[in-house]
Amino acid sequence: MAWKTFKWPIYHILVAALALLMLYPVFWMLFSSFKESRTIFVTASSLFPTEWIWQNYVTGWKGTSGYNFGTYILNSLTIVVIATIGAVISSSLIAFGFARLKFKGRNIWFALMMMTLMLPGDVVLVPQYIIFTKLGWVNTILPLVVPSFFGMPFFIFLMVQFIRTIPAELDEAATIDGCGKFRLYFRIILPLLKSSLATAAIFSFYWKWEDLLGPVLYLNSPEKYTVSIALKMFLDSESASNWGGMFAMSILSLVPVIAVFFAFQKQIVQGMSTSGLKG
Amino acid sequence: MSLRNHQSLRANMTGYAFISPFIVGFLAFTLIPMFISLYLSFTSYNLFTPPKWIGLGNFEKMFTSDPKYWNSIRVTFTYVLVGVPLRLIFALFVAMILNTKSRMVGTYRTMYYLPSIIGGSVAVSIMWRNIFSNDGIVNSLLSALGATPVKWFGDPNASLTMLITLSVWQFGSSMLIFLAGLKNISVEMYEASSVDGASPVRKFFSITLPLLSPIILFNLIMQTISAFMTFVPAYVISKGEGGPMDGTMLHSLYLFRQAFMFSNMGYAAAMAWVMLIMIAILTAILFLTSKYWVFYETEKGR
Repeated sequence: MAWKTFKWPIYHILVAALALLMLYPVFWMLFSSFKESRTIFVTASSLFPTEWIWQNYVTGWKGTSGYNFGTYILNSLTIVVIATIGAVISSSLIAFGFARLKFKGRNIWFALMMMTLMLPGDVVLVPQYIIFTKLGWVNTILPLVVPSFFGMPFFIFLMVQFIRTIPAELDEAATIDGCGKFRLYFRIILPLLKSSLATAAIFSFYWKWEDLLGPVLYLNSPEKYTVSIALKMFLDSESASNWGGMFAMSILSLVPVIAVFFAFQKQIVQGMSTSGLKG
Repeated sequence: MSLRNHQSLRANMTGYAFISPFIVGFLAFTLIPMFISLYLSFTSYNLFTPPKWIGLGNFEKMFTSDPKYWNSIRVTFTYVLVGVPLRLIFALFVAMILNTKSRMVGTYRTMYYLPSIIGGSVAVSIMWRNIFSNDGIVNSLLSALGATPVKWFGDPNASLTMLITLSVWQFGSSMLIFLAGLKNISVEMYEASSVDGASPVRKFFSITLPLLSPIILFNLIMQTISAFMTFVPAYVISKGEGGPMDGTMLHSLYLFRQAFMFSNMGYAAAMAWVMLIMIAILTAILFLTSKYWVFYETEKGR
């Protein structure tokens, strides 16, 4: 039958076309980063630059407030790494407690944890800012990393779900062999939890790398700025109209994000499909 | 103390030792801040002088003499009530076309999910701003099609439309969750209904939608809460101003401006509480009505 022969080619053409349409804005930004600033909007409708201007990456790298993007990238990385380590360690400990230990009040605490998962952040935004200000933590990275060390509800939930799939016989065997609870966590569960730890680390990386509100609130000297603020500043100093440089650095800021995505695709997609709480 | 009691005490202590980081964090970063925020919502506080108790003053101002607040509520509800359904419909549509056994599906899934993975970044908001600028590609496309270009930054409705398109564009995470749900629906169901002569439309409404309804509820609630909290795109696209004419003044942005630009901490806290209550009511409505439209297999199957 004719339809059967054409069905798959037509399917692939339509699906691929829609996918390209989805990605067009990204490609547009990528190619605009190689256009001369003045011509970006004149030639907005044509994707490819007539002349490839690599200079944008040089001018963009210089930034707008006297520090270059090297500084901003290093600042972002510092925050991301510390917060991620904290989040992964603390969340896995807490998840082990919820999933494997029996104690009074466990269900209540678990319910509270699930509620904070759904709590809109705006309610605690102002008081947290006040607390961190009183503690003298403003203009340090402490407000951006310390909370991660107390477990992230999303990751705890993810890991609890995973630990529940690990057979309880393992625990029993280890306990009979005289293994304490901490050793059980550290020696038996943690190694099995690797994929969940990786998923949590990846999401933590994304959230911290892309975070704008935290750095805007808590960092106020330019040498401490993160990549997000630096990009935002480009936009504010539009009078210079260094469009090319701004697009170049926007692309640069996405490189780690996209690289991690392609490296851990499977992990990310699985993490998303099984729990999927990210915006 | 008997041996048994001793053992259970020990077990309880071990349990609490493991979850203690959560308890400490919960108290320090959630519970205590919530009480502070509740207290502040009844005060006038600028961070530098002690909070002054004004009773219901903030709420009174909010509801009676702050048109900008009402505007932010209107803008936010439009953003959520239009954006979230569109996003979910699109996510379901894409999930359905990707629910095949074709070898390319993995690649497509990646391509459709990519916008969501970079979606929260400042770079994407900057890009979006430029795509919709007066001489950007969207307008070039509109004029090429013979339509009149739109002043996206001159008309509050147009700029809100632009924000909504950005949110719809990032449908990827809902799409993946739908896809996982679709994979769980057994092929036999569809085959059986084919034997009975059901049309694809019929199959969609009597098999796909009911079996997917728990996942739709989940997506609806999570997406609604996060949409109410949207901040970065509005902040970046409007350069922190919420313009034009407050057209992109989402609630979070207005709260941010009240708290950190005008130092009205008490007012911002009151705003946050009203929003929390509104979200809680909306979520409760979704949960309560869900028994009429969410179908759980285990209830009916046996």
